[in-house]
Amino acid sequence: MKIDFEHGQAAHCESGVTSNLLKKISKGKITEPLAFGIGAGLFFVYVPLIKINNGPAIAFRSMPGFIFNRTCKSLGIPVVQKKFSSKEKAEAALMESLNAGQPVGAQVGVYYLSYFPKEYRFHFNAHNLIVFGKEGDNYLISDPIMEHATTLTSYELERVRFAKGALAPKGQLYYPGNQNEITDDQIRTAIKSGIKKNVFNMLSIPGPFAGVSGISYTGNKIKRWRDKLGLKTAGLYLAQLVRMQEEIGTGGGGFRYIYAAFLQQANDYLPNATLLQASEMFTQAGDLWRTAAVQAAGIYKGRIGSQEDFDVMGNYLLAIADIEKKAFTLLKNIKW
Amino acid sequence: MKKENVPQDLSSLGKITREVCYATDSEGKYVTQLSDGWEVKITALDVARKEIDGRIAEAKQKVLNKEASPLLFFMELRLMDAGIVADYTGFWKWQIKRHLKPDIFNRLSEKDLKKYAEAFNVKVDELKSMDVHED
Repeated sequence: MKIDFEHGQAAHCESGVTSNLLKKISKGKITEPLAFGIGAGLFFVYVPLIKINNGPAIAFRSMPGFIFNRTCKSLGIPVVQKKFSSKEKAEAALMESLNAGQPVGAQVGVYYLSYFPKEYRFHFNAHNLIVFGKEGDNYLISDPIMEHATTLTSYELERVRFAKGALAPKGQLYYPGNQNEITDDQIRTAIKSGIKKNVFNMLSIPGPFAGVSGISYTGNKIKRWRDKLGLKTAGLYLAQLVRMQEEIGTGGGGFRYIYAAFLQQANDYLPNATLLQASEMFTQAGDLWRTAAVQAAGIYKGRIGSQEDFDVMGNYLLAIADIEKKAFTLLKNIKW
Repeated sequence: MKKENVPQDLSSLGKITREVCYATDSEGKYVTQLSDGWEVKITALDVARKEIDGRIAEAKQKVLNKEASPLLFFMELRLMDAGIVADYTGFWKWQIKRHLKPDIFNRLSEKDLKKYAEAFNVKVDELKSMDVHED
């Protein structure tokens, strides 16, 4: 059984799943950048005291699950979302939706995802994919990270739907609750609301760890990593930062390029020179994040490693914080 | 980033799928561009992998020296801390810490060993011997 559904590749799993699930009812208008921006996906946070894979806990995007929910809510679409205590019920619910012709978004863990290369498998439980049919024992899978649609056996799918650890998916399924067509007016309202929410997240969350202040906080921390951690561990920390920033699913430059693309597309719906100006600033920020990654690579490859090199690295983040602060302030002050 | 500057350094992921990058065309308009990978992130992953391989080798040696049970080796191999193992097996964390001692591990029932084997996706005899063959 196969539902009429077209796989589309995307940069980021959640904005990709969102865009693909809404493709039919939006006639393809909700592109990945629009889903990412309306879902207020851009973020930065450094969570102190917590370690992930023995390195710093740093994220460049909002909480997993946030984008689909926010995008649908902003567009006025009800969301169906279910978690399960039993594996049998989880599979039954999936089959029921598929039989009704509904492609279904699923949260999964990456570690036992069989089509991923081994090097990329970590205990990351907030990956997203779409199930769009079943043939024999194989579920048809649209993973937005992949160029082509793929399959998972029922055992393999159950295993990743019930992956354990932080953010355990508990078999979570989700899809839009109705099939009403999305109008341009709905999109315009949703864009404004998404920008507003993202401005708040990057400029106004209290404390030094999140948003643009989190970026400068991290920049200043990095300058002390060499003394505090030793060159080897400091290098591992920088490698982790780069992976969070550039690894599959970011579209490059820690999601800053997707956001710049979103602002350009927002301008198509709500023409405004400020949107284009801010878009250029996020391109600049993305470029600078990548320059910083090259500097970090020099350190973890052992090519460079003096205190001065760490200072240069830290200063890149301070410069980025400055650009992003200005860009979000511009967006904050738009009179719609 | 300009479209023509999107890096094309073949990574282990690139052999399976290329990835979507957002970049600007000659008019400054954002488009998507597929990338084979980027050397900067390939080495970031290599560095992380090497660190993990070191920890696995160290754990294996400890087991061979009878300083730890095979549980330690599999926790490093599968990148699992006691919390994740607890979630997969249903044991408490303090039980798992006890099972890290070879004497106590060797007295585990077949049923308990099976829980570990399932969590690590291996067979019970592989669990005991640390003899796993996979890609």
